Amino acid sequence: MAFQPVRTVTSAAVPLLRDNIDTDAIIPSREMKSVAKTGLADGLFAGWRYLDEKTRTPDPAFVLNAQRWAGAQILLGGQNFGCGSSREHAAWALAEYGFRAIIAESFNPIFHGNCVRNGILPVALDAVPIAALDAVVHIDLTTQTVACAGQEWPFHLDEESRAMLLDGLDPIALTLHDADLIAAFETHDRAARRWAWEPLEGSLHD
Amino acid sequence: MSGLTLFDKLWDAHSVRSLDTQTALIAIDRILLHERTGGIAMKALAEDGRAVRDPARVFVTMDHVVDTLPGRGDRTIMPTGTQFITQTREAALAAGVTLFDLGDPRQGIVHVISPENAIVLPGLTLVCPDSHTCTQGALGALAWGIGSSEAEHALATNTLRVKRPATMRITVTGLLPDAATAKDLALHIVATIGSAGARGHVVEYAGPAIAALSVEERMTLCNMATELAAFTALIAPDEKVFAYFKGRSYAPGASQWDDAVAHWRCLVSDPDAQFDREIAIDAGNVAPMISWGTSPEQSIRLDQPVPATLAGPAGHAAARSHAYMGVDAGSPLIGLPIDAAFIGSCTNARLSDLRKAAAILQGRTVAPGLRAICVPGSSRVKAEAEAEGLDQIFRDAGFEWREAGCSMCFFAGGESFGAGERVISTTNRNFESRQGHGTRTHLASPETVAASAVAGHIVDPRGYR
Ligand code: SF4
Repeated sequence: MAFQPVRTVTSAAVPLLRDNIDTDAIIPSREMKSVAKTGLADGLFAGWRYLDEKTRTPDPAFVLNAQRWAGAQILLGGQNFGCGSSREHAAWALAEYGFRAIIAESFNPIFHGNCVRNGILPVALDAVPIAALDAVVHIDLTTQTVACAGQEWPFHLDEESRAMLLDGLDPIALTLHDADLIAAFETHDRAARRWAWEPLEGSLHD
Repeated sequence: MSGLTLFDKLWDAHSVRSLDTQTALIAIDRILLHERTGGIAMKALAEDGRAVRDPARVFVTMDHVVDTLPGRGDRTIMPTGTQFITQTREAALAAGVTLFDLGDPRQGIVHVISPENAIVLPGLTLVCPDSHTCTQGALGALAWGIGSSEAEHALATNTLRVKRPATMRITVTGLLPDAATAKDLALHIVATIGSAGARGHVVEYAGPAIAALSVEERMTLCNMATELAAFTALIAPDEKVFAYFKGRSYAPGASQWDDAVAHWRCLVSDPDAQFDREIAIDAGNVAPMISWGTSPEQSIRLDQPVPATLAGPAGHAAARSHAYMGVDAGSPLIGLPIDAAFIGSCTNARLSDLRKAAAILQGRTVAPGLRAICVPGSSRVKAEAEAEGLDQIFRDAGFEWREAGCSMCFFAGGESFGAGERVISTTNRNFESRQGHGTRTHLASPETVAASAVAGHIVDPRGYR
């Protein structure tokens, strides 16, 4: 599935400066109610966001509920953001809510990949600049920089992720360009590693 | 030129081509799915007009949202659980993949049934949209957890575009003391190096303590590599692993067996292999462990007091954990009353785990008013346990004896332990509300959980052997 390409994001940044924000916290399992990638924004951070989840009474103490951050497209976090379950629902919920970038000290690798595949730009920065991002933040993926209040910091994203976000590419379509190469690899492998293929062939497979 | 690590060998053998300096197109030998995330991947693929490229490589089980109560069917306590089950079943049938449905003797938690049925084998690549896929690295396979979009990619192309992880070896020297289990070792390691301690790395566990572990204990250890933020974990396969696989459903048959073993024997890191990071852990220092907070890294030896709040951001997290867990800095955990005990999950619900818990429960009963639940990791584990009478020991002790599945390892809106309840659990995650809204989870070994269930409060299992 393709998404809107991400080149720049300019927005206020919501400070949720905790370490180890896990995917259960981002989208609690109980909020994943259907076999769908949508309908998740309401459940984003449900355990923290609502005083009463049933009636959806907002907790005024939770940062996301403050008027000041309404419509913000950037979320700030601490270390190991997105740890825990591999559920892609965490990225879907963040994207549906309107986040286009997350700036954190570090990311869980599965979550990082899920962000990139859903048009959310993961930016790894040190704690000190993150704490300073309390005005409008401008992220530019083409130059790999974050700017705020006259200061600028570089960040690094791997080539593949960068290309995918900049072009909104569908990785499956990209890989299918190599279909012949994959087939040739398999023909060779099927002969070289008979033991790995044979159990899947014939009567055993039901 | 230095030698190759086990990971390098697996990576090179599956690299179709390199995509850029960091990323390669990696061939995927096996794909596992479950009803929580697999249905959505198959459905999304079909909606995009794409087919599953090789259905023979794809295996689907029902584990995450199915009820584990006796006499279960498609109806679930989780309000919309039935939809996950039926849609996954429909998608699996439409795609022509192998389904271990409810009632199938091969059904169970995905990371338990895969080794049991030899779907995973040494030297294979295997992916599953589930973060605990690292469990299966214990068998010498490159097995890792992915997201749903990547699952679609793997289903459609039998490859993934993978950024090459860095390598890290954790050498566990010496031998575990008798009182310490593989679970204690796993908690000891996450407490030592932290919950981001292996971020971006594939961890190879090596050393005499690892060689001495049984195959099932190795799975317990590797299971928790995701709690270190590792890409995955690996253990070089040895004779124990070869013997484990012989004769299992999808293991190589007689005509291929010798070739397979010859290949598997090469799956070791060369003596001069260079790792990006090396860490040594002394197994002799490992003692029974328990988590006190809301991250697996917040774990201590059973005989230690709850650590105090630290200065700085880590201190903030610790204070939050103290409040959530209702524990005080400086107080011991031993003696803390518990409301429930849970034995289950892909960490600690294989036959050997149930045997160890049963050995403690034999002739004893759980404390009055305490809720105790045992959920075998697979239908096969359940049948084997029943064949040796373990179910009777659990029942006589006052444990509920369940059907196989993930059950209350995590809360999806169905069954839970309830707010504020204190649970001692053999699972792998103690995050806030992981086992129910407001539930307080303490992670420990099956022995510690069984002994604490009997006592009604947290105890050191050494007095119960
Ligand atoms: S048992 Fe728990 S950790 Fe394991 S796969 Fe199931 S839900 Fe995940």
